[in-house]
Amino acid sequence: MLQYTIRRLLAILVTLLVIATLTFVLMHCIPGGPFASEKELPPPILQNINARYHLDWPLWKQYFDYLAHLARWDLGPSFKYESMTVNDIINNGFPVSATLGGIALGIAVIFGITAGIIASMNQYKWQDNLVMFLATIGFSVPSFILASLFIFVFSYKLGWLPAALWGSPQQVIMPALALSALPTAFIARMVRSTMLEVLAQDYIRTAWAKGLSGGLVVYRHALKNALLPVFSYLGPLTAQILTGSFVVERIFAIPGMGRHFVTSIANRDYTTIMGVTIFYSIILLLANFLVDIAYAYLDPRIKVAGGKE
Amino acid sequence: MQVVPQLDFEPVTRKANPEKIIRPSTTYWQDAWRRLKKHRLAMAGLVIISFLLVTAAVGPVLSPYSYSDQSLMETNQPPSAKHWFGTDNLGRDLLTRVLYGARISLAIGFVTSLISLGIGVTYGAVAGFFGGRVDNVMMRIVDILYGLPFVLYVILLMVILEPGLKTIFIALGIVYWLNMARIVRGEILSLKEREFILAARVTGVGTGRIIWRHLVPNAMGPIIVTMTLVIPEAIFTEAFLSYLGLGVSAPVASWGVLASEGYQAIRSYPWQLFFPALFISVTMLAFNFLGDGLRDALDPRMRK
Repeated sequence: MLQYTIRRLLAILVTLLVIATLTFVLMHCIPGGPFASEKELPPPILQNINARYHLDWPLWKQYFDYLAHLARWDLGPSFKYESMTVNDIINNGFPVSATLGGIALGIAVIFGITAGIIASMNQYKWQDNLVMFLATIGFSVPSFILASLFIFVFSYKLGWLPAALWGSPQQVIMPALALSALPTAFIARMVRSTMLEVLAQDYIRTAWAKGLSGGLVVYRHALKNALLPVFSYLGPLTAQILTGSFVVERIFAIPGMGRHFVTSIANRDYTTIMGVTIFYSIILLLANFLVDIAYAYLDPRIKVAGGKE
Repeated sequence: MQVVPQLDFEPVTRKANPEKIIRPSTTYWQDAWRRLKKHRLAMAGLVIISFLLVTAAVGPVLSPYSYSDQSLMETNQPPSAKHWFGTDNLGRDLLTRVLYGARISLAIGFVTSLISLGIGVTYGAVAGFFGGRVDNVMMRIVDILYGLPFVLYVILLMVILEPGLKTIFIALGIVYWLNMARIVRGEILSLKEREFILAARVTGVGTGRIIWRHLVPNAMGPIIVTMTLVIPEAIFTEAFLSYLGLGVSAPVASWGVLASEGYQAIRSYPWQLFFPALFISVTMLAFNFLGDGLRDALDPRMRK
């Protein structure tokens, strides 16, 4: 296990390097630069700016310079937000996005799994129909419509909750619900579908026949086997939801880091593009690694570490 | 011992050929289709999808309006006999636009679901089945594609190719099989350790046959659920790309674009959001029904 962990961590480093390199190449391939604007800057000023950010260096030199700084987790100054480094951007934005995302993730996992279990235990009855109906709505209503409906109803009509901004617990409720709608719906459907399969298996009948209580059968015997695809989905979901959503954070004016994934590219803010991509990738790779370990816990037969015998 | 009276029993005449198979043997797919036909909701889903496809193809032709005809005297009209779904802020007939948008959004839905089914399932199944180093390398490639910023390579694609539907398909095609690959791979990792796979191997079934006939059908549940997620996600990603100026360009509009345009007028002209959203939801509902039916039909354990 230890050997496997070390090998995977090394693989994560290599994968990160590939992602960083590809992102670097891709972003220099797209036309435009951070200081290209409609109003052309006088050449000497542009020269000075380029010299300040080392943009006058040949690309390979910029690349290795960036990697050398990256090794010390120095992500460089932002091109767009003067006097801010990319480290600052992440340090300011990530705690906000992660708090919101963590709550949304918790909602999705708890409600999704519970709803899925209830639906599968009552197949084709009203509980099942209700869960599936809600899940379908969760699928088909995009977060920006859901978010604006929430604002319209709870802030504008009823005045219960603040419409935007960040700071108080009340301000978390609506964005967290809007963020969690789709993953909750997906997890509920997935759990229902896999639970139905697992519940039909022989060992579950055996468990019932042994006279085990319903809770024991469901949680000990069935759920563990039904959760596998949910875990597969949780890896990428965790990375996505913790680093913030462009749409939801924009609608609720939340100072997270979600917007940087889009605006940095629009601004050709090279260091920010690299910084947020690498940060996101680290969370993604670690989450996927943890999921692979969790597989072995859910189903002891799985040998992720070993190869083919 | 009692003697059985002769009258009570009559010898059964032997049938001509007792070994004769009465029912023609059905293949896996025939059987699945037969069961799908019995699933009422699934057939309803199929009918709705077919109906949408037909109206998307014929509707814009039959409509007296064109999706791009502006009529500035009739802007933001509520639904009426003349304009069934009302008009938008440039006086364009919303019904025509929704039907025309169906072409784009349904095409996006179908193409991405085929990609996620074709590439995602194959990729995940191969990675999961072979495991070890093969799995490690294949999954790291998935991680890399997942880590790269989506908007970045969409812009790059738009620069290399021209903006348009084809480019959107390619952009969506690059990412929309990744989730499927991960989920299928996880399922296969577990399924391949089961006894029936051991039995198949012992009886000498080939690798390809084990994957396609034994492993994938048993992973059908998660595959179908993932596919029903992929379709709406793709439809809304396209809307997001259009919002960034990278999707289909005006005056052509997809459902996603119509919904986000309608959303801006939600306070004053709610029908502009309602109709596109209704069509999206009905489509999703139909796909979900069909998906549930397919799951039941393709499940090898339910085979009779």
